[in-house]
Formats: sequence, structure tokens, C-alpha cells
Amino acid sequence: MRLLDAVVQGCLLGGQYALFAAGLSLVFGVLKVVNLAHGDLGILAAFAAIGLAAGAGLPLALAVGVVLVGMLAVGAALHAGLLARTTGALPQISMIATFGLSVVIGNTLQEVFSADPRALDLGSFGTAGVTVGGISVGLLPAAVLAVAVAALTGLHLVLTRTAFGRRVRATADDPATAALVGVDARRTYLVVTALAVGLAGLAGIAYAASSLVTPLAGPSRLIFAFEAVVIGGLGSLWGTLVGAVVLGVAQSVGSVVDPSSGVLAGHLVFLAVLATRPAGLLARTRVRA
Amino acid sequence: MTAVLEVGPAPTVQVVRWSRAASATVAGFVVLVAVAAAVPMLFVPLVGNRLTALLALVVLAVTWNALAGYAGLVSVGQQGFFGLGAYAVLALSDLGLNAYLSVPLAGVVCALAALPSSLLLFRLRAGQFAIGTWVLAEVFRLLVSRVPQLGAGTGRSLTSTTDVDPALRQAFTYWTALAMTVLVLVGAFLLLRSRVGIRLQAVRDDENAARSLGVGVTGEKRLVFVLGSGGAGVAGAITLTNSLTAQPDNMFGVQWAALMIFMVVIGGIGTFEGPIIGAVLLFAVQQLFDGFGNWYLVGLGVLAVVATLAAPRGVWGELAHRRGWTAAPLFHDVRWPALPLAPGAAARHDAADTTVREEGRR
Repeated sequence: MRLLDAVVQGCLLGGQYALFAAGLSLVFGVLKVVNLAHGDLGILAAFAAIGLAAGAGLPLALAVGVVLVGMLAVGAALHAGLLARTTGALPQISMIATFGLSVVIGNTLQEVFSADPRALDLGSFGTAGVTVGGISVGLLPAAVLAVAVAALTGLHLVLTRTAFGRRVRATADDPATAALVGVDARRTYLVVTALAVGLAGLAGIAYAASSLVTPLAGPSRLIFAFEAVVIGGLGSLWGTLVGAVVLGVAQSVGSVVDPSSGVLAGHLVFLAVLATRPAGLLARTRVRA
Repeated sequence: MTAVLEVGPAPTVQVVRWSRAASATVAGFVVLVAVAAAVPMLFVPLVGNRLTALLALVVLAVTWNALAGYAGLVSVGQQGFFGLGAYAVLALSDLGLNAYLSVPLAGVVCALAALPSSLLLFRLRAGQFAIGTWVLAEVFRLLVSRVPQLGAGTGRSLTSTTDVDPALRQAFTYWTALAMTVLVLVGAFLLLRSRVGIRLQAVRDDENAARSLGVGVTGEKRLVFVLGSGGAGVAGAITLTNSLTAQPDNMFGVQWAALMIFMVVIGGIGTFEGPIIGAVLLFAVQQLFDGFGNWYLVGLGVLAVVATLAAPRGVWGELAHRRGWTAAPLFHDVRWPALPLAPGAAARHDAADTTVREEGRR
């Protein structure tokens, strides 16, 4: 029973990781850049929402809305101010710049908000739950998982069914050829980065609503999101969801076995997948963005 | 009818791998090491303590640059090997080994740990490799935190050197660090000047062109990863013998990765001299801004970001590029006498010219 409960809670936890992973995977797939500040951007959104809701007293929905729009702008600024300007340098340079940004965001948050853990207060919804067959399912984690599934589905539909999605896929495959038929790669990259950082913001807010968050939690979110992407298989959005759930279950079951080794269990599952199925559990024969 | 072509004598092309400046560098280096070795006899112990910290920074910067600047392996997980090296000294001296002899052995332990790690991590490409190394560092931290003999999560002290007179202990620590630094510097120079280094630089500068010449470098990259991780372990071991206490969250902390990246980017990625300058600059910043807490790290982060945007070659890279300075020649300087196309000009191929590639994506 405890094990079954752990599996269910792990699946719900996976929803959180999938949200973080969606944006990370999008930027990597299209821009071929690993944004090492992805987790910290999520934490930035979380603290901004906490600051607006608890500090400035804004209604929760308004605070979340303002932050999400703000994160889209942050994403656009990230591309225009940083990623687009490191073209032409060694490929390592843009990644190193995002690592610098990660250090800046985390430590600035630490100085401004102190190291105390905080949470986004959702009132009674935050703790409400239903009990199904002896297993209690929190409404909030279930809602986060639903949002993650909805976000991944939406992303999938946008990428496969719309003209914008076609431009994104074309740019991801070959920016030079896409430019020949009139696709503005720079603009596409800008929109994709904005979208990805917006998703990071959504993930950060979901994280802060579900558990306590500290200013330096960004790197661990990045690592979990990355593990979810690799476990599931690069280039597959459903793979990302599966990877996130596998990671969540591994951590949750791991901490039932030994309370202090949940995170370690997740890492070990990641390394095991890397050793046995390096292309991921749901690898497609042709890996594409 | 026969066309007669006047062909002059073939120009004698000189390939120079050494220069007067390089000889001066070597002489200066020898003098510097000799002076540095005499420091404990001349100054108060406090200076030795700080210089030991500087030497650890130099080792970290040089080995990280070998990975990122020459082998194209951007690792944000070298703190894993740094921490492993520190804890290896603790474990080895618990087994009764001399703490100072444990320092080079800690490097060997880390290199041995890096070999199987590379088998897994090399399945990840570029950016993914970076986060993969980070995961590995976290695994090392979580594993070490579970060993009660090593102080578990709260950490413990190195006790095997406490019966030595403090001044003498600091001198020994410093000399060990100095010896290891010289070893790492000379080793890195020889490795990067060897065929391995030339192949790595070829791939770094243009992977397609290198491959078309039959240069594939997984083996060389693995060698650099193993040796570089050993170097990070040595730096961790030096840091432990200097500070005498180890705590997993500090020794395996990602701030070490931030420092490595800062030193290399500011000094000049992909140059031999740059990281050493970066280490000295970081050391100076640390002396000035110690006690500013997180704002100090924020400042380093901002500087690193600005440097990648404004001067991706770094301090030494810019100097080498603009003035043609080289202190440690790792490249082939090809000299064409009296080339008709560029009279009097020497066609140079040096690392700085190719550090920044012209074609870009995004």
C-alpha cells in the first residue's frame, strides 16, 4: 500500500518536472542551446509571484498572470540580449553565459528574499484532496499534472498543426534553408525562447504552490528537468512526460525505501537509462527537434 | 610549340614552434617557482596559507580550460572531482598514509573515477554533457554524505596533520601545492603541445575540416577528461590540506564550477596563459571583496556574462589577438619568406585567431 501510494505521488510529482522539462527541451531542440539558467528563471517567477501576492497583496490570479506575462518578456530579453549576441563565438560561450546568468539570478534572490524557504499560498485548495481506495490524491498536484499534460499537448499541437510550428520546425532543422523561403530565424528563436521561459515561469509557480521553495533551488530544478528529458528521449514531447513521471516515481519510491535517498534514487535511474538506453525510453528512430 | 614556365625556387617555409619570448617565459617561470618555493622561509604563515589557495585556483583554472577550451568539453560538474579529491585525502590519511603524499594520490583516485564516468557522460552531446557532469557531481556528493566515517552530511576535519607545528604544517601544505601546480602546468603544456593537443585544437577550430583529414578525437577527449578530472581532484586535495575541514555541501558545491568558469572566461578560454591570469585576477577579487557574501558571486556572474558578450577571448586572448603575444607556444607558427601576396607579413596561425569562429548559428 505504501509502495502504491509512493507510485501515485511520484506520478503527480512528475507533472512538476514535466513542466520544467518542456521549456528546457524546446530551447534545446530549436536553438541547440542548453539554457543552464532555466531552473533559476522558474525560481525567479516563483519569488516574483510570492512577492506580488504575499508582499504587495495582489489577488493570486492577477499576480500569477502578471508574472507569466513578465516571464515571456524576460525570455524575449534573454534571447535578444544574450543568446543572439553570442552567435559566432565558440558554441560553449552561450552556454557559459547562461551559467553566469544562473549564478546571478540565484544569488540575487538569496540576497533580496533571504535564504528562508517560502511558498505560494493557495488557501484551502493547496491542501485539499480526495481519497481513492485508501490513497489520498492532492487536488493541487493533480492540477499541476493536468496543466503539464495540457501544456505539452498544446505545445505538440502548435508545433505540428500551425504555420508558426512549421516555421519553428524548419528553423530547428536548418535555419539557412528556412531563411531562403522567408523564415526569419532570429524572430522564431526569440518567440521560442520567450515561450520556453514562460513555461519555466509556469513551472516555477507550480513548484512554489506545491512545496517550499528556496532562492538557490534553481539548479536542482534544472537537473531534474534535464533528467526527465534524457530518460524520456530527446525530441519527443511525450517522452519528456514519461521521463518526468519515471523520475518522480523513482524519487518517491526511493524515499519510501530510505527517507534520505529519494533524489539519489532519481539520479541512479537516470544513469541507468544512460548506460542501457542512451537514446531514452521512448526514443524515435530519427531524433529531431 | 612549348610554353616555358619560369618557376622560381620553392620558398622555404619555416615552421616555428618556439620563440625567444617562450624561452623568456620558461626562464621567468623557473625563477618564479624558485622564489615561490622560498616564500615560507621569508614571510609570515598567513601569506603561505593564501598563496596555497591561489595555487589551488590555478590548478582548477588550467585543468578546466584544458577541458572546455581545448577538448570542447564544458563541464559544470568538476566540483564532483574537486570534492572527491578532498575526501580521498581524508580517507587515505585514515588508512595511515601521509596527508601530503595523499594529495597526488587523490588526483590518481579522481582520474580513475573519471574513466568509467566518461563512458556514461560521453553519450551526451555538448550542452547535455554539461548537465550530465553536474548530475554526476550531485551523485558523488549524495554518496559521500552517506558515509559516517567521512563525517556524513556535517563533514569532518583532517586530523592526521594536527600534531605538526602550525607554521611547519602550512609550509608543507604550500610546498605540496606548489609542486602539484608545477606538475599540472608542465604536464598540461606538454600534453597540449603534443600530437594529442594539436588534434584537439584542430577539432575545436573546425570539426568538419578536422574530420575530413581523418582526425577523430573521442580517445583524446577522454584522455583530457580523465587527466583534467585528476587535476580538479588535486585542487580539492590541496584545498583540504589547507583548510583542514571538509563538508559535502561546500566541497561539492556548484560555486566551484562558477569560479572555474569565471577564471577561464575572464582570462581567455582556449589559451594556455589566460586561465593563469584569470586565477590571479579572481584571487585579487577574493581578497578585496571577501565578506560581501552573495553579492560577490553576483558580481562574478555579471562579469562573466558581460565578458562572454563583449570580449569572448578574455584578457589574454585579446592581447594575443591584437599584439600577437605568446608566452607559451602551443601552435605551429608558419613563416613564409617574401610571400608575393603579403610582402613582409608572416602568415600566422595561432590559437587566438581561431578562438572565435566566424560562422554562427542562431
